[in-house]
Amino acid sequence: MTMNGSSGSLASVDSSKGSEDELSKLEIIGCSKFFKKSGEAFCALKEVTMNVDDGRFISMVGPSGCGKSTLFNIIAGLMKPSSGKVQLDGKEITNENGHVGYMLQKDLLLPWRTILDNVIIGLEIRGVSKKTARRRALPILQKYGLKGFESDHPDALSGGMRQRAALIRTLLYDRDVILLDEPFGALDAQTRLQMQTWLLQIWNDFRKTVLFVTHDIDEAIYLSDEIYVFTHRPGQIKARIDVGLPRPRNEETLMTGRFMDLKKKLLVMLKEERETAG
Amino acid sequence: MAERKTEESGTPFIEDHERKAAQLRWRAIAGQIIAGAVIILLWEFLTRIQWLDAYYWSSPGTIVRTGWKAATEGTLLEDLAYTSGATIIGFILGTVTGSVLGLSFWWSTLYSKITEPYLIAFNAVPKLALAPVLVVMFGIGFNSKVVLSFLMTVIVAALAAYSGVKNVDRDLEKMLVSLGAKRHHVFFKVIIPASMPWMVSILKINISLALAGTIVGEFISSRQGIGRMILYAGQVLNMDLVWVGVVVLSVLSIVMYLGTVWIERWLMRGRNPKS
Repeated sequence: MTMNGSSGSLASVDSSKGSEDELSKLEIIGCSKFFKKSGEAFCALKEVTMNVDDGRFISMVGPSGCGKSTLFNIIAGLMKPSSGKVQLDGKEITNENGHVGYMLQKDLLLPWRTILDNVIIGLEIRGVSKKTARRRALPILQKYGLKGFESDHPDALSGGMRQRAALIRTLLYDRDVILLDEPFGALDAQTRLQMQTWLLQIWNDFRKTVLFVTHDIDEAIYLSDEIYVFTHRPGQIKARIDVGLPRPRNEETLMTGRFMDLKKKLLVMLKEERETAG
Repeated sequence: MAERKTEESGTPFIEDHERKAAQLRWRAIAGQIIAGAVIILLWEFLTRIQWLDAYYWSSPGTIVRTGWKAATEGTLLEDLAYTSGATIIGFILGTVTGSVLGLSFWWSTLYSKITEPYLIAFNAVPKLALAPVLVVMFGIGFNSKVVLSFLMTVIVAALAAYSGVKNVDRDLEKMLVSLGAKRHHVFFKVIIPASMPWMVSILKINISLALAGTIVGEFISSRQGIGRMILYAGQVLNMDLVWVGVVVLSVLSIVMYLGTVWIERWLMRGRNPKS
């Protein structure tokens, strides 16, 4: 990774962008969700409000059971919030699927399809012919580390490679906002670091707005512009932290003082949450 | 150091698993052929020396001669066409209808929950016991045989497809929906291909069930078919002809089995053999 001008000035570009656009890209306005479990209603998500600007990389951290997945399901339109709404570019998308890309921890590649045919499935659903879709997908697969695996079936690939294919599938679906729910949670530490760098490269090339759920504080700081810390049940936003580390980032970023300070701050917050959870 | 020495002392030993596997394959085929030949020759020999009573056991030679006569002078070939026709039509109708029925349970949980106990109950009914009713209902002709082999296969196929549907990873559905998929996209792109191994796995069982259905139908009442030929031969104590019928049915069964293997390969084409 070399320092190059275009991505180095990212931080300043982003801060000016907010004032140009009147609307945030993605708005989550007072979303709550109640479930009933063994006869008792409980609150999984409470009054969550977030404004996410275009092209930002946002992470969400919190103890398990903090409603992050519930929030993702609401944003993706797979679940109806008990109250509140979701807006994209000022248009309400509450309970409507297909507006954002969504990737889960499991790669969910279809075992009977080749890697190439797996990544084009979003295009197929949109009515693009298989041939056109394949032609469009092939260079992207090759550029982002899956060269030579196009006609393999998923079970021939390692976990990291499969996650790459799953993310490219989400990217090819071509939405401005993508949700990543612990995409690297099942990978080993080495592969994970490799994948993080790879993700930053892709994010830099495609300029998507990314919402990223993780348990890994290092990962959150390394990747994000902003980090939202969630409380234990009911899931609520405890704090919003600006990362403010310069880009492009690399392994050395992990050793800077700013990184260490943020890590300490986050660790303290999460410890508090764990203790209140009992 | 030690490694280098072994290399220098002549050509190194190369472990060739593919060659070993090929050798094993050929030996197995040769062994299978020899075993078959020994059984047939032994059968012939033991009936010749009257160790086995040729009246009950017939003999390979007699069976071939009787079969040839039945094929050239009698109606063996027409009977064969009749039986295999009813079996194949019943098998296709039953398997396709059953698979569609099983897959349809994906569309509504309520509908599947209402229907499932009846499906299981109907599966428990011995369909062959219904044969006399069906023959009266559909006549002694071709139709009653098709209906019997249909009934033999339809529920098995439905239950297989339904277990396929139940085993589909719900997250696959979720992933597809997040990509903007409608119900029909999920059905055709995930549910059917994911259930395919389950549906395919019962083809081999179903083809023999269909054959059993047809033969019982012919036993009950028929003017044609191998089943009728066997029944008739038994009644006139022509054991050689009974044996011809049994051998012809066995060969038919093997051929249809190979047919289903071919269909299986065709349906699973383009897939990894492991998945």
